[in-house]
Amino acid sequence: MLNPKLHLNQKLWNDDVEQIPIRTGFGEGLVSAGEKDETIVGICADLTESTKMGPFAEKFPKRFVQVGVAEQNLVTVASGMAAMGKLPFVSSYAMFSPGRNWEQIRTTITYNDQPVIVVGSHAGISVGPDGGTHQALEDVALMRVLPRMTVICPCDSIEARKATLALAELRRPAYLRLAREKSPVITTNDTPFVIGKAQVLYSPDGLAHVGVIACGALVHNALKAARKLEKDGIRVKVVNMATIKPLDSSAVIALAKECRAIITLEEHQIAGGLGSAVAECLAGNYPVPMEFLGVHDQYGQSGTPTELIEHYGMGIKDVLAAVRRILNRK
Amino acid sequence: MLTDEKIRNLEIHANNIRQSIITMLLQAKSGHSAGPLGMADIFSYLFFHGMRHDPQRPSWAERDRLVLSNGHICPVYYATLAHAGYFPVSELLTLRKFGSRLQGHPHREWLSVVETSSGPLGSGLSQAAGMALADRIDFGAMTRRRIFALLSDGELQEGNIWEAVMFAAKYKLHNLTAIIDYNNIQIEGYVEDVMPLADLVAKWESFNWHVIEIDGHNMQAIDEAVEKSKAVFEKPTVIIAHTIPGKDVAFMERDFHWHGTPPDPQQARVALEELRTLGGRIKSEHS
Repeated sequence: MLNPKLHLNQKLWNDDVEQIPIRTGFGEGLVSAGEKDETIVGICADLTESTKMGPFAEKFPKRFVQVGVAEQNLVTVASGMAAMGKLPFVSSYAMFSPGRNWEQIRTTITYNDQPVIVVGSHAGISVGPDGGTHQALEDVALMRVLPRMTVICPCDSIEARKATLALAELRRPAYLRLAREKSPVITTNDTPFVIGKAQVLYSPDGLAHVGVIACGALVHNALKAARKLEKDGIRVKVVNMATIKPLDSSAVIALAKECRAIITLEEHQIAGGLGSAVAECLAGNYPVPMEFLGVHDQYGQSGTPTELIEHYGMGIKDVLAAVRRILNRK
Repeated sequence: MLTDEKIRNLEIHANNIRQSIITMLLQAKSGHSAGPLGMADIFSYLFFHGMRHDPQRPSWAERDRLVLSNGHICPVYYATLAHAGYFPVSELLTLRKFGSRLQGHPHREWLSVVETSSGPLGSGLSQAAGMALADRIDFGAMTRRRIFALLSDGELQEGNIWEAVMFAAKYKLHNLTAIIDYNNIQIEGYVEDVMPLADLVAKWESFNWHVIEIDGHNMQAIDEAVEKSKAVFEKPTVIIAHTIPGKDVAFMERDFHWHGTPPDPQQARVALEELRTLGGRIKSEHS
């Protein structure tokens, strides 16, 4: 059943569940954060509307900076503004920021220890028809490897709003990963959100056989698979790991101790993403069999988000298959 | 206008800075010689006259900011900071040693008085522009702080620089002064051979910057250019400072092989002798 303490959206099972792009929550959160904190500035690289920085730009025109199509300048200008006491949120598509400007982020933001929030929208394969050039599948790995960097990948628009506000409070270098497509609303305004805290969204009756750790919109696929499996007598626990770094190690280890079988699910290359973070944690603390659901060392292509998620192995059927595989390995 | 006495004073500081550069590179056994020696006059000018700062209050909010984009010339930065009183001159001998605050390239975490950590080329002008814009957001036209961005000529080959050039002009960042160390050398040779910069004046002017070209060893010219940049209100200013790499050490001057090489003990002895005697014009008190 859904964790009653988290006040999740009770309609999330329905076919007509409300769907909102995750990036929309960032846009709302940035306006709220901007109202509370005058030092917040928004900087964008010619993608103000699609990264949802538009409402902030309209409300705070003096605190909005347009750098044009120049992602290296985007983050380095932000570093300079942060050095003068500003808290910059910088947005572009994940493929370009942090895709293009990794070294500038490393040197001028994390090495330099300046509080800049890098917001990468349109991440993952679900960008869809734009094709492989625009499908950032490596961004979590690129950001996770940087010392001092916090990495957050919210599961829905409401969590994205809360994550934006929490990052404004945190005032540290961070990467916020967002998706383009509409996706099911999983949480509610009453669902707590704390950076670095994993949440068990779904628990079966009795000890679980398998734990699924997911992030982003794919959390919904994990939930649907868990519910279906429970009807077949297979008990699956689903964890939303919105904060990929710092990883909630104690939650991961506790889940491994209970289930002794862990599956990770993410819209990212298998190498270096959430699955890798979980594997690093478990290999060093409590090794158990793992299955990794994500993109297997290849690039995407044009298609609808659903087609691509299914084709590259991150659909509900893929979770079901992975659960059966891992049960055979236990 | 600087008085003759002021110029002499700044030149003595520059000479002391150059001696420290040689001494610290000798101890470090690695590091960059030519660039730091070439920029000693500009550093002397900025820290002993041109910039608003206070060694007693390094985190004074209203200080001018200096962003050293080409971090590899940090020996001149460290030597100047020490001579200006930010830390003991003796600490210069720890350059590049394990545990030293004087990292091989400046790191703010180790030495908080440096405004930015730098080394990888091409990012400093953007950071300086961000600082200038932040200052403008807070104080509008009544900006209190001037942001100096020090760039090398070789790093103008980085694309990031030209993104910043466009950006600073768009936002009319008149509180931003960029200074290019135009010494015409980089690691693998002369800039004009590796990747020519062509007409730099025309390039920056066409991006809508105010451009001043000077002899980077002439204190009066440096002063006039910096004062002029403070007076230009409509746009950012770039000072293209022609400098001699390895300045005042004859065997290093204009030789690109000294870009990233330190002197050995014999070479350092010759270099220090030359600096202490002002090229043989006076008797050294030390030798």
